[in-house]
Amino acid sequence: MAAPPTSEEVTNGAEPPSGDEGATGAAPVTPRPRHARSEGAKAHGLLGPTTIWLTLFLLAPLVIVIWYSVGTRGVINPVQHPGGKLNWSNFSRALDPSFLPIFIRTVAYAAATTVASLILGFPLAYVIARFGGTWKNVLLGLIILPFWTSYLVRMYAWRFILDENGLANTVLGSLGLGRNHQFTNTHWAVVLGLTYGFLPFMVLPLYASLERMDAGLIEAAYDLGSNRFSTFWRITFRTSLPGVVAGVLLTFIPALGDFVTPQLLGGTRTQTFGSTIQDQFGQGQNWPLGSAMAVLLMAFILVGVFVYTSRVGEDVL
Amino acid sequence: MSAIDASASAPAPTRRHPATPPLRSPATGRHRGGRRTLLRPRWLWVHAALTYVFLFAPIAVLVVFSFNSARSGSRWKSASTTWYRALWRNADIQRAFGNTLKVGLVATAVATVIGTLAAFALSRYRFRGRLAYSTFIFVPLVIPEVVQGVSLLVFFLGVLRLQLGMRTLMLAHITFSISFVIVVVKARLAGFDRRLEEAAADLGATPAQSFLRVVLPLAAPGIAAGAVLAFTLSFDDVIISSFTAGVGSTTLPLYIYGQTKVGVKPTINALSTSILAFTSTLLVVGMALSRRAQRRGTSKGLDTTMFGG
Repeated sequence: MAAPPTSEEVTNGAEPPSGDEGATGAAPVTPRPRHARSEGAKAHGLLGPTTIWLTLFLLAPLVIVIWYSVGTRGVINPVQHPGGKLNWSNFSRALDPSFLPIFIRTVAYAAATTVASLILGFPLAYVIARFGGTWKNVLLGLIILPFWTSYLVRMYAWRFILDENGLANTVLGSLGLGRNHQFTNTHWAVVLGLTYGFLPFMVLPLYASLERMDAGLIEAAYDLGSNRFSTFWRITFRTSLPGVVAGVLLTFIPALGDFVTPQLLGGTRTQTFGSTIQDQFGQGQNWPLGSAMAVLLMAFILVGVFVYTSRVGEDVL
Repeated sequence: MSAIDASASAPAPTRRHPATPPLRSPATGRHRGGRRTLLRPRWLWVHAALTYVFLFAPIAVLVVFSFNSARSGSRWKSASTTWYRALWRNADIQRAFGNTLKVGLVATAVATVIGTLAAFALSRYRFRGRLAYSTFIFVPLVIPEVVQGVSLLVFFLGVLRLQLGMRTLMLAHITFSISFVIVVVKARLAGFDRRLEEAAADLGATPAQSFLRVVLPLAAPGIAAGAVLAFTLSFDDVIISSFTAGVGSTTLPLYIYGQTKVGVKPTINALSTSILAFTSTLLVVGMALSRRAQRRGTSKGLDTTMFGG
C-alpha cells in the first residue's frame, strides 16, 4: 500500500525549481518529509484490515443494492439486467400511491420523535451539565444504562404495558376507568416507543456541548442588559448548537430506519418504510423494488444531512 | 424556556433589567449567588426526575412481572420463579443463547483487533486523508440499520452465494462493530502521553518492547471497553441479524422478536429480564474498566469516550 505524499512533502518539494513532488530524492536533503512518509506508510498498514473489511462488507454491498435497484425481478436469479438495460421503474413504483403514504408517515414519525426527544432531553441535559455537581457522572450513567441494554427488551416492556390485556388496561380497569383502551397500533404508541428508544442519543451530545459552556457568558449577557429569553437564545442555545445538531441526526436517522418499534407497538396502520423494505426481501420477494426503496431511504438521509448541516453551519460539527 | 435562564442568571442582577428575578430565588429561598446550586432550578429537577421515571419505569415493571406466577402477564398473583425455570427447560432458547454467544465472541474478537489497529493509526500518525478516513469510519454509524441489513443480504445471497447462517451473521456483526470499536479506542488513545514511549526508548527499549510493555498495558482498558461495547451491540442486535441469519442461527433477540409478533408471554418477560441482567453486568464491567483507565490517566471521561471527544 503506497503512502500518499503528505502536505509537508508537497510544499517542500515545490521549493526547488526542479521540484518533482513524487521524487524520493528530496528526502535526504530534509529528513522531516521522510519521517512523515514513513508515518503515512505505518498508518496505512494499520488501517489496512479496516479498509479492506469495510470496502468488502460495507461499500461493496451498498454498490450492489444500487445496482439491483435498477434491475428487473428474475425467475432463477432474484435480480436480472436483461440486455444490460437499466430499469428505473422501481423508483417510481417505490413512491407510488401504495407506498408514498408509508414513506411520509415514516418521516413524520422520525420528525415527531426528534422533536419530542429535544423537548424532553434539552432541559435534562442542561440541568445535569449545569447543576449536576458531583452527581454528574451518576446522572449521566443512568441515561447511558438503557442505551446499552437491549433495545428490543425495552420496546417489549412497552408492549407489555400497552398491550390489549396489558398492564395499563389492567390498572385502569381496576380503577374503574374501563379496560378496553386501545393503546397499541396508534401513532402515539409508535412515537412514544421511538422517543423512549432514542432519547439517550439526544441527551448525550447535548450534555457534551452544554457541559463545555462557560457560565460566565450568561452572567456577561445579563450584565450587558440582555433579558432571559435573549440570553437563552443567544448564549445557551447557541452554545449547545453542536450538540443539538448531533443529537438531531443521531435521533432522526435511526428513527427513520427502525421497524422493530412500529411492529411491536403498532400494526398495519403504523407500518413504516423500514418494514416495507423488509417485506420486499421476505414474503414479497421483490429485490429490485426493495433495493430501490433502500436507495431512496439512504438518498433521503444523505441529502437531508447535507442540507441540514450546511444550513446550521459546518463549524458546529 | 425562560426559567432555564432564571436558574442560570448572574448573581448580580442589574437595575436596568426589571425582568431579572430578585436576588433570592423564589423557588427555594436560597441565595442565588450561593455555591449550592444543585437544587435551585426546582422545576428542572422535577422534569429530570420524571424523565428518569419514564426511562426506568417500563424496565422495572417488566422485571417485577417476570416473577409473577400468573399465566396472563399483567395481573399480579404471587411471586414465583416459574418462568425462569421454564426458560432453562426450553431447548430453543438454550440453542439461541449458544448462537448469540458464539456470534458475539467471534465478532467481538475480530472487530476489536481490526478496530484497535485502525484506532492506533488514526490517533498516532499524521497522514494525508486522515480526516477523510475518519469520516469513512462514521459511514456505518450513519446508514440506517435496515439498509445495512438489506445490502448484506443481497451481497451474501446474490453475489457471494453463501447460505445464510452463523457465518454470514458473524461477518455482518463484525462489520457494524468495527466503527464503534474504533471510535471508543481512539477516544481513549487521544489522551495518551507519548513521552512515555520516548522515555522507554531512552531507557533502551526496542520499539516492540516499548509497545508491548508500555503502550499496550496503558491502552488495554480502552481496548477492553471497545470490546465490551462490540459484544453488547452484537448481543442485542435485531435488525441486521434479521436479514443475515438463517434457519439454524436464531439468536436470542431474534427469538424474542419472533415471539413478540405472536403476543406477550410470561416466559418472554423472564428472558428479557435475564438479558437485561446480562447486559447490565457487562456495562458495569465496562464502566469499571473505564474508571481504571481514567485513574491511570490514559483516557478521558465517559462522555468524551462515547462521542470521540
